[in-house]
Parts: sequence; C-alpha cells; structure tokens
Amino acid sequence: MAEIVLNALAHTYSRKPNAPQDYAIRQMNQVWEQGGAYALLGPSGCGKSTLLNIISGLLEPSDGEILFDGVKVNSLPPEERNIAQVFQFPVIYDTMTVFDNLAFPLRNMKTPAHLIQSKVHEIADILELSPLLHKKAKNLTADEKQKVSMGRGLVRDNVSAILFDEPLTVIDPQLKWKLRRKLKQIHDQFNITMIYVTHDQLEAATFADKIAVMYEGQIVQFGSPHELFENPKHTFVGYFIGSPGMNFMNVQLEEQHFVFEDMKLKVPEKILDKIQHLPYESIKLGIRPEFVHVWDKKNDEAYEVDVIDSEDLGTYHIMTFKLRNQLLKARLHEDQRIPKHKAWISFPDQWLKVYVNEYLVEADDE
Amino acid sequence: MKLNIKDRIFFLWHAPCFLYRDSYPVVINITITMGVNMSLVLENVTKIVEGQTWVSNINMTLEPGSFNVLLGRTLAGKTTLMRLMAGLDKPSEGRIIMNGADVTGKPVRERNLSMVYQQFINYPNLSVFENIASPLRLARMSEKEIKERVYETAKMLRIEPFLNRLPLELSGGQQQRTAMARALVKDAELILFDEPLVNLDYKLREELREELRSLFRQRNCIAVYATTEPNEALALSGNTAVLHEGRLLQHGKTAEVYHRPTSIETAVMFSEPPMNIVKSKVTESEVTFDETVHFQLNKDLNHLTPGMYNLGVRASHIGLVPHADDDLELPVTVDLAEISGSETFLHVRNDHLSLVLHLPGVHEYAVDEKITIYFPTHKLYAFDLQGQLIHAPARISGV
Amino acid sequence: MNKIENNKAWFLVLPVFVLVAFSAIIPLMTVVNYSVQDVFDTNTRYFVGTEWFKAILNDAALQSALMKQFMFSFTTLSIEIPLGIGIALLMPKRGMAASLCLVLIALPLLIPLNVVGTIWQIFTRSDIGLMGWSLREMGVAYNISRNPVDAWATIILMDVWHWTPLIALLCYSGLRSIPEAYYQAARIDRASRWAIFRYIQLPKLTNVLIIGILLRFMDSFMIYAEPFVLTGGGPGSSTTFLSQALTTMAIGQFDVGPAAAFSIIYFLIILAVSWVFYTTIMNMQKEK
Repeated sequence: MAEIVLNALAHTYSRKPNAPQDYAIRQMNQVWEQGGAYALLGPSGCGKSTLLNIISGLLEPSDGEILFDGVKVNSLPPEERNIAQVFQFPVIYDTMTVFDNLAFPLRNMKTPAHLIQSKVHEIADILELSPLLHKKAKNLTADEKQKVSMGRGLVRDNVSAILFDEPLTVIDPQLKWKLRRKLKQIHDQFNITMIYVTHDQLEAATFADKIAVMYEGQIVQFGSPHELFENPKHTFVGYFIGSPGMNFMNVQLEEQHFVFEDMKLKVPEKILDKIQHLPYESIKLGIRPEFVHVWDKKNDEAYEVDVIDSEDLGTYHIMTFKLRNQLLKARLHEDQRIPKHKAWISFPDQWLKVYVNEYLVEADDE
Repeated sequence: MKLNIKDRIFFLWHAPCFLYRDSYPVVINITITMGVNMSLVLENVTKIVEGQTWVSNINMTLEPGSFNVLLGRTLAGKTTLMRLMAGLDKPSEGRIIMNGADVTGKPVRERNLSMVYQQFINYPNLSVFENIASPLRLARMSEKEIKERVYETAKMLRIEPFLNRLPLELSGGQQQRTAMARALVKDAELILFDEPLVNLDYKLREELREELRSLFRQRNCIAVYATTEPNEALALSGNTAVLHEGRLLQHGKTAEVYHRPTSIETAVMFSEPPMNIVKSKVTESEVTFDETVHFQLNKDLNHLTPGMYNLGVRASHIGLVPHADDDLELPVTVDLAEISGSETFLHVRNDHLSLVLHLPGVHEYAVDEKITIYFPTHKLYAFDLQGQLIHAPARISGV
Repeated sequence: MNKIENNKAWFLVLPVFVLVAFSAIIPLMTVVNYSVQDVFDTNTRYFVGTEWFKAILNDAALQSALMKQFMFSFTTLSIEIPLGIGIALLMPKRGMAASLCLVLIALPLLIPLNVVGTIWQIFTRSDIGLMGWSLREMGVAYNISRNPVDAWATIILMDVWHWTPLIALLCYSGLRSIPEAYYQAARIDRASRWAIFRYIQLPKLTNVLIIGILLRFMDSFMIYAEPFVLTGGGPGSSTTFLSQALTTMAIGQFDVGPAAAFSIIYFLIILAVSWVFYTTIMNMQKEK
C-alpha cells in the first residue's frame, strides 16, 4: 500500500526539448493518496498512457521524481515497485488453469503451497471465480479473463497500487455495469490505491472518487465527478465532461462589462476585481446546456434568440439556438415545451463561469 | 458494367492493403446521376447460412431521402441486412426492390452505393485528396469537377487542411471522416454505415453524429446506419428499425418507435438504460406489484381489464424526489451509481426488484447505501404477458 | 432457387477437380498401376499382385536406408527446432538491426539445394576447403569419403546450416505477434525468464512450431540433392538415404515395378508419420 507522489514530474521523448509542446507530460505535481480510487481521464494523445507507464515503472521520467511512500522510485522496474496492472485486453496465461493463473505471482515469490491454496480461494471467492478455478483460462469469457488478470494483482499481500488501463474495452455492454460494481466493491474491501486510466467519462466518474482530467500533457483539473460537472476549472473540462459539453462565448472586457458582439453583459463584482488588472489573451464565458434557462415568451431578463434545431433524445431535448452569431445549446426536460423559431434565454449568474486564458476565475476563493 | 484495364490495375495495386475482400472501399460506381430519388423495398427477406437463420422474414420500405437507423445488439442481424441491401450477399428467400425494379441477384458493383465501415478503411498509400477522389476518377469525371467536389465534401467534413496528407498521419476521427467523405463525394443512391463511430472517442462520436444528421437533411439518398446504441439512434433521428435475433421488431419514425414501442422487446432494446419492467397484478381498484407495493388504479390505467401485466417504467421517470403526489415511496439499496459526466444511472434493488434510475446531474452514492426512491404511478407503459403494448402514457410535448 | 444456385456452384469447382486430378490423382494411379505389374516392354507385362511390395519390404539394403532416414530426420529435427527457437529469441526486436538480422539469417534458404551440396563439398575438401583444410592443419583426421561418421556429421551440419533459419524465421514471426502487455504483466507477476518462455512464448509458438516440424520432417525425409552431391551416398552406402536408393532403382536399374512399390510405401510412411504427429498435437491442445 502506498501513497504515490509526483514531484515536478515531466517527460519528453525528444532528446533536445525546447518548447512545452515537446513534452508528453508537462511539469506537474500530484499526490495520489494511499487507498484512494482515482481516474486519469483524457482524450487520446493527452499523455495519460505516458503517465501510467511512468507510475508503473515501464518508463523512466526525464525530469522530476516519482515517490512511493516517500521513496524515490524513478528507475525501479515494475516488479520492484509492487504494483499490479490490468490491461485493455485481458492478459492471461492461456495454458494454465484459472487456479494456476491466480497462483502464478505467489509461486514466483516462492510462497508455501498451503498459503497459496488459501489465498487463491479467498480471492476467487471475492471475484466470483470459484466455480471456474479448474477451467483452462483460455476458455473463459472476456469479463472472466479480466477478473483473472485483476485477481493476479489482488493475491499478493503487499500490492502498493493497482493500475487499470481501460479494462472494460472488450466487455459486453450488458455486463459492464456489473464489473464496474465489482471494481468499486473491491476497492472498498481492500483499501488499495487504484488508478484507472480511460478516455470515457462514464468509466472514470463511476469508478473514481477523484478524477484527474488530462489535456495536452497537463492535469487541468483534479476533483470529484461533481466538481468537474458543476465547476470545471478549465475550458477543456467543460467541453469534455458532459454531453453535450459546455457552451462557450468569446467576450471582451470593456470597462465594467463583458462585450459579446453587440451585447453588453454584466460582470459579477468579485470577478471584476480579480480580472480587471490581469493581462489576458482570451476571456470566455461558459455555461452548461443543463443550466440555460429557456422561455417561450418575452422576458425582461432574457435574450431573444433564434431556435435552429431541436433533438428529442427520449429523456430530454437538446435545443440548438443562435445568440447573435454564436450557436449554443440548451438541455430541456422531456416535458418542457420547445419554443419554435424564437425563444428567450437567460444565464443564471451562479452557473455562468468566467474563463481567462482558458482557466476559471472563481469569485469566492479569496 | 465492366471495369476496364486501368481500373483493374488501380484495384489490384491497392488491394493488398486491405485485410479482407469485404472491406474494400466500395467505389465501383460508374454512373453519377444528380437528384436521385430512390426507394428501397425488402420483401420477406430471409438469410439462412449453414442452417442458421441470420435474418428472418424482413419486410421494410425505405422512403426516398430517408435516414434509417438499424438498432440492435451484436448479432441482431444488422450487418447481414446491410450486406443484403448492398448486394454483397444474396437473400435465401425474398426480394429486394430498388426503384420498383427487382435487384435481388444484382451484384454490388452494378449498384450505385457507398459503404462506411467500423474500421477506418482508406487507401493507405494515397493522399486524403486522392482517397476522396477515387470514386470520381472511376466515374471518369473531369479534373476540374473532381477538384470542386472533393473540396466541397472535405469542407463539409472539416478535413480540408489535411488533403495532402496520408490517412495514417491523421487521427482516428479524421481517418473516419476521410472514409465518410469518399462515400459522400459521389451521389450514391444508397449509403450504408456499419457502426462507423464505434472506434472513436465519445466526444468525437457526439460531433460526427451531429454532422451526419445535418448532412443528410440536404441529401436525396437513402442512408442506412447500423448501431448498437439507442442514444445514437435518437440523436440521428429520422427512422429507426429495431432488430432482435434476426427479426424486425418495429420500424417507424424514431421518436414514435421510442415513445410508443409496440412490444416489451422494443421498449427494453430502445432505451439506455433499458426500460424497467415490473410484473404486476391489476384488479378493479388497484395495482399490485411484487406482492408488496399497491396503488389505486388511476385514470391512466383504469381501462385495463383486470389481470396480470408487465408494467414498464422509464429509468428517467423514477426520481429521488416525488414528482407527483401519488408517487410511491420505495426504500431501496444502491447497487451502483454510474456517472456519465452530466448524468447518473443509479442501479438499485430491494428484495423483490432491481431498478435503474436515470438522473440528470451528478449523484455520488456508495455501493449498498440505503436510499428512498419515488416510483411514478402515471407515465407507465402496460404490456400483456405476451409482451404486446396495451397502454402507453400520453405525451405532454414533442412529437 | 437454392437448388439452382447449388448446381451452379458445383460447376464452378469443376476446374479445381480437373486440376487436382491431373496434378495428383492420375500420376499416383500410374504409380499404383506399375507397382502391381512386371513390365518388360510396352506390350509385354504381367500382373504380379503384391509381389514387389513383399520384395521391397524384405530388402535389407532398403531396410537399412529406411533406418538411416529416420535417424537422419530425428537428429536434424532435434537440433534445428531448439536452435531455431533460440536464435529467434535472441534476435533484435526492431529497427535496422532486426532487418539486417532477418536478411542474414534468411540467406541460406535462398540457395538452391544442389548448390548447397556443392558448397559443402568444396568446403570440406582438405586441399582447398576452408573446413577440411583447417581440420587437417589442426591434426584432426577428417575425411568424408572414407569415414562414415565424418560423412554423417557433415551432412547433419549442412542440413542444420541450411534449414535452421526457416525455424528461426517462423518462430520470430510468432514471437512478434505477442502483445507487449503480456511481457509487462509477466514482469509485474515477477515471472522468471524461464517462466516467461514456458508460459507466454512457447504457447504462442505452438502453432508455428507444428507447421515448422511438419515441413522439416517431410523435407528431411525426402532429402536427395545435398547428400548426393556431397557424398554420393558413401562411403559405402552409409549416407544413402531413401530417395537416393529409389532413384538408383528406378532410373539407374530401371526396375520400374519395385520402384513404384517403393514409392508408394515411401509416400505412405510420410503420410502416416505426419498424420500421427498432427492429430496427437491437436488432441493434446483440445484436452487442455
């Protein structure tokens, strides 16, 4: 069991890096606490696989350090870090039985036979693999195979962390939620640090207590699923989490107002204080489609917009509308009437977020 | 129509790049006609392979210019049906009629169609431009027109900046866009998509879905799109045909199939999470399910003759707070909260039933936490024990 | 409608039938025909039944050729298979070195059979051959035309040199198809080098090895050109293998009948051994 700390960690594959773009992992500090359930979420190419390999020990970081319980492990190979890993495609030893598969890591450590017996049976019970123990691993279904590869990590007493690399890719959609449940139960039961790497928000948010969202080699936000949804700290988090993603509008700051095309929008006072003297490249206003208020009649608080499209997604509707020249979306309850042609919309202050240079400016964190 | 020597060489030269014959880019379209107005009819189509029925007795009419989603789980018969429509396979029984003419035995290369596959299939040693241009070159189009069309299509699919690159230098999404552009560049009468977005990140999926939806609005060809995901069918709208174990369950306007499923199978298949089904007893005065929960028969359901029914309730209609005064309070245990960024699928159970709730927003619950949920007594579907729809709730808005 | 389709399908495979008939069945039938007759000239021949078969099976020279043949195949296989696997394991995995290695290893496979024989014939000469000369200078008495042991050792060495690359290449491609994740998982499970070989690499190699062993068995059992050029079957008849004995009988002595009987027995032996080997392996895999 271990706490994993990344200290000024960075990694580049190029020999002479000179720009931030040359780094697959840009300098980061991160603490994965002992016993936490974490997810590393990001699109392909964001650096999450590189980071995973650095944690597991398959890759030595080019800068900074990685600590397991305070001990620097930069150059330790995976077998000496005491981690377990579950891969995207099930890795099992085809010619062995399920029992031998589970016993394999223990036998490699010269564990006495009676201890192997009891340990393997214990883990097989938890993973519901007991009836299969004497089957050849080759003949299992994909979800059983993934359980076996997870079991090989769990049989070892002193595993410091289990890393998951999109482990549900090959599982039948109907079975996925059961395996997700199993994973959560195992985490609760074993109190082992677990890090789950995925590009799928559902996988990440279901499994993890805290999610690190990665974008262009950086962790742009580290927070609970709730925080990622309600308070995205970076425009990318707003876009990537939620379907559809957050709406953004490019605005200028002129004196006391945000100017969006020919519209003037009020700036909350506290935020104004903070950004007035900031040099900025861009200011964006962001609001989730869930939080856009829509009326079908004129309202003094609301802006008139053209309705472009509406989609019936069964449990809810997505209305696409045009505010000046900007296309935005609103998510409406299935029973809510969708205005035709013209609608009036407003953005509740609480949910309208201000992003300066892509990062959130918060009013209340002084 | 036969291919001439030059075309044959073109295919042979590029052929080894493809793993199997069926994944050749289908570009064997010779005539290019503008403003096609094709209809496609399947009559009692059955396909039996080695004694196993892959699709059975399918009757289906695809209107000119329609977008049709084939929805079904893996092995439901989606791909088989598409191959039959394309002419890659011949039905064991039944007829396929295009524009009123029987084309049952007509080979694929004599039909005017395009196909997009799950895998990103492009000519790896041709630039993106040449990839998109390939069907037009086979059609002997003038260089000027080719250029125009390729640029127009590339712009539509937002791959204009990459026209000079090779497919493998692009991201997965861009590769699939290239394959789509090749299918769209010619005026095919029929475009078939076989789960084209399945290998892409979900954000890309969301974007491409939306593009396809608006793209096909302006087109005058029949599009057929196979998918396993109910949400994809809803997002693409148009028509949906629900397939299950080789049978066609229901075919109609997507919203109509969703809101008025004619059978339990469709209802369960066409919603994610699946509709909750609760076996219930209806008497003159009340409804009982699982012997523990009772409620007064309300005006929604009072036309049901007493007896046993399967009541269906949508995951999104069960709540954590009551929506109406007569909602039923149910104490349950949480199995799992699946959180999808902006919404939560809550799996719960008690001694008698397992239910799934679809909640907007993010709700974090621990496994085995005890909570109370509110089960609606309106908005219920009723199916008889054979699974046929007897009653569907009235809709307040929409279609 | 189905019926019509089916008939048409049969019609389509007809060319294949004709081809197989001309390439395999008809030649085989002529051999069978010869094996049961005594042919004097084109018009005079007698039916002799199984007489040639009996004669062949009781021929001491042929019995010893058969024994030698089995010994030869067994020896070469038991050297080439492990050696080939070993080379494949040691080959670099990627980059220029891998390509270079592949080309170098594949070179012997590109040399025609009789040229291989000639090369080794010259190689072993004590006056101008590199190996023969070196051994003589080192004081080793080495003479393939006098000493049967030397002749055998040289032929086996030649075969190993010529054909181990085939096994190595097959295994190399088999090893390349193992995903990297397997090795990573094994490291994490703290598997020893031997355990990785035993539980990951060997199982993945089974299929290519079956093909390799079958090919090598059939080829080595039919070896002809190389020993013919190198030793001419000698000294004495110590390196006269089956196919050489057959050729001598059929073409040298023109004993067409016994030669035909001999061919059939030869063919059946190869078929039987291959079949037994293949079904045993397949059954073993199924039981697992």
